[in-house]
Amino acid sequence: MKHTISVLVKNEPGILSSVCDLFSTRGFNIESLTVAATIDNSFSRITIVTNGDDVVIEQICKQLNRLINTIKVVELPKSADKCIDRELILCKVTAKDDARNEILRIAEIFGAKIIDVSTETYTIEFSGDTRQVVTLLALLKPLGVKELVRSGMVAITRENQFINIDR
Amino acid sequence: MTAEQITKPDKMTGAAMFLECLKKEGVDEIFGYPGGAILHIYDELYKCKDIKHYLVRHEQAAVHAAEGYARVTGKAGVVLVTSGPGATNAVTGIANAYYDSYPLVVFTGQVDSKLIGNDAFQEADIVGITRTCCKHNYLVKNLSDLPRVIKEAFHIAQTGKPGPVVVSLPKDVLTSKMSFEYPERINLPGYNPNYEGHPIQCRRALKLLCEAQRPVIISGGGVIHSEAWLELQDLAKKLNIPVATTLMGIGTFPQDNELSLGMLGMHGNYWANLAVSNCDVLFAVGTRFNDRITGCLKRFCKDAKVIHVDIDPCSISKNVHVDIPIVGNAKNVLKVVLNEYSTGEYKYDNQMRNMWIKQIDSWKSNKPVYAVPEGILHPQTVISHIYQKTKNMKTVIATEVGQHQMWTAQLYKFNRPRQLITSGGLGTMGFGFPAAIGAQIADKDALVFNIAGDGSIQMNIQEIMTCVDYKIPVKIAVINNGYLGMVRQWQEKLFDKHYSQTPITSPDYVKLADAYGILGLRITEENQIDEALDKAIAYDGPVIMDFVVEPFEMVYPWVLAGKPINEIILSNNSDDEGKGE
Repeated sequence: MKHTISVLVKNEPGILSSVCDLFSTRGFNIESLTVAATIDNSFSRITIVTNGDDVVIEQICKQLNRLINTIKVVELPKSADKCIDRELILCKVTAKDDARNEILRIAEIFGAKIIDVSTETYTIEFSGDTRQVVTLLALLKPLGVKELVRSGMVAITRENQFINIDR
Repeated sequence: MTAEQITKPDKMTGAAMFLECLKKEGVDEIFGYPGGAILHIYDELYKCKDIKHYLVRHEQAAVHAAEGYARVTGKAGVVLVTSGPGATNAVTGIANAYYDSYPLVVFTGQVDSKLIGNDAFQEADIVGITRTCCKHNYLVKNLSDLPRVIKEAFHIAQTGKPGPVVVSLPKDVLTSKMSFEYPERINLPGYNPNYEGHPIQCRRALKLLCEAQRPVIISGGGVIHSEAWLELQDLAKKLNIPVATTLMGIGTFPQDNELSLGMLGMHGNYWANLAVSNCDVLFAVGTRFNDRITGCLKRFCKDAKVIHVDIDPCSISKNVHVDIPIVGNAKNVLKVVLNEYSTGEYKYDNQMRNMWIKQIDSWKSNKPVYAVPEGILHPQTVISHIYQKTKNMKTVIATEVGQHQMWTAQLYKFNRPRQLITSGGLGTMGFGFPAAIGAQIADKDALVFNIAGDGSIQMNIQEIMTCVDYKIPVKIAVINNGYLGMVRQWQEKLFDKHYSQTPITSPDYVKLADAYGILGLRITEENQIDEALDKAIAYDGPVIMDFVVEPFEMVYPWVLAGKPINEIILSNNSDDEGKGE
């Protein structure tokens, strides 16, 4: 089962290694991991997508909490009513002859942008939830995906729920 | 002179500041080994009167000695080594302290910060290397961070679940200058160990313990860390509950008490393992349920409700399913439980308890059987004699790892905590002797024995010279059977007696003692043991005793790895295999 864990950490060198080492030494999986500073530059937010049963996820959260430089560890709710997740992809697709129009049509349906054009390729930028990303890629794949870069998932809770530093 | 000049404190080098920080933390004895990157601190030490430095012969021994020191005092042991090989040699010691949760602060030199990452001479990424085997670590990049980092390091090492903290000190940080100010407060927003157990959970636990018909307490190393042994003993006696200890918990419950079951686990007492296997409520305090305790996890306490007290939430429900988790310091939790009990609202059926204790007593005839006929010096006999000789003295016993360690745990009837110093989690051969040195330094009046195997002692035997230098009168008892005994035992039972690389030779320990200028004794017969021990104890200085013992003795009881702990082998004779009830 897929789980998304949001980890607020001190923005210090070595913390990302600590998190990654924890996953590898304890045999946990990382499906994706993104990290960047929060609005307060002295802290970073890591979003980890992982999988495992409830016992494993509980251990992951506890072990992450045990690291001295982690401030908060929250397993994000799976329901879309409570949490929004997004992923950014940049995708370079072969675009020749009739395919050029087909790609434009697909991009339009998904609200994706063409951010670079050459005589033989289009580069598409798209952000959406996992399901949309997977569907878009399934449509682009037969047309010839030359290169794909995915950001990994970021996620935020809805409305009045915050994962912030307590001051 | 202007007012400003008078109030402005003098600037200090990082190296001098380092020693000031140690003084602020109350450190007066440290263990270490000098080298290029750390020379500036050693130059300051040369002038320093308040901190005594013990020069070892190998950095690993410095860390083990500091752990021995920590185990006796309960305070962080401090280590100072150089960069590169000095730091990597310290890693085993750091890992050992991490697995047994003893507080250390290990300072390692580092190359100039401008050279870090350039594969400079004696450079090692010790922060990267130790990341998964220490509680926390730091690379100090600016001198302005040094006082804060040292304060945090001691705080982290000694609070919560204790453990080693590593601080890497680049050379340029030690040579640069600044005015010194030690921080008053700690600001670690991500580090708030929970000391107070939840009162509702404590009440639920007490209720369950009172309702239990066949309760057992397991007392682990956490009871030593939190100094909760009196509370634990009080609770056990008030509720009439038998107590088994883990290897790390030995000494937390006096073995001469009738509720004592002794040690449980792979080489634990038959009755302790059976009591735990048959209990209906298990009250586990300060143990992380290592596989050496639980055996086959699926069959461990499968019909019991489990209450687990631990300061580390990660330990709870990691291995064993827990019905009532209590995250907190064992002493505080037990105090709350005892207070609650003193209200008089909780009652238990003492008749039922006595029936349960009687049932456990009926298992007590199942004792391990010596494999080899009498007349030959048995290792067990040696350890029993050491116990008889020293039981009324203020004795600390440090062991290495292997058969002699298990026999010591079984046969030496430890009655107080911090009396047995042994490597539990990591199982480090070569730990005991340097740890004994640290223990002796921590408690100069104590009689410190290092019970060793002939394999283990040779892993850090160079430290005899450290004992000589500082007149540290550790008594080494080598249980010399010519084998790596525990591995040989596994080979005998599980690998068709293929003694692959387990026969091991030793130097002549008596001549070796002579070369080092200490007392050496060889004992080959049972009737020589007492005289040798008397001589060793009376001798004012380190002693090495070479007990030449029967090589094929086995450690029983024995639960094979992966088996449930009620499937117990008691002797070479397969008829003696415990059935488990």
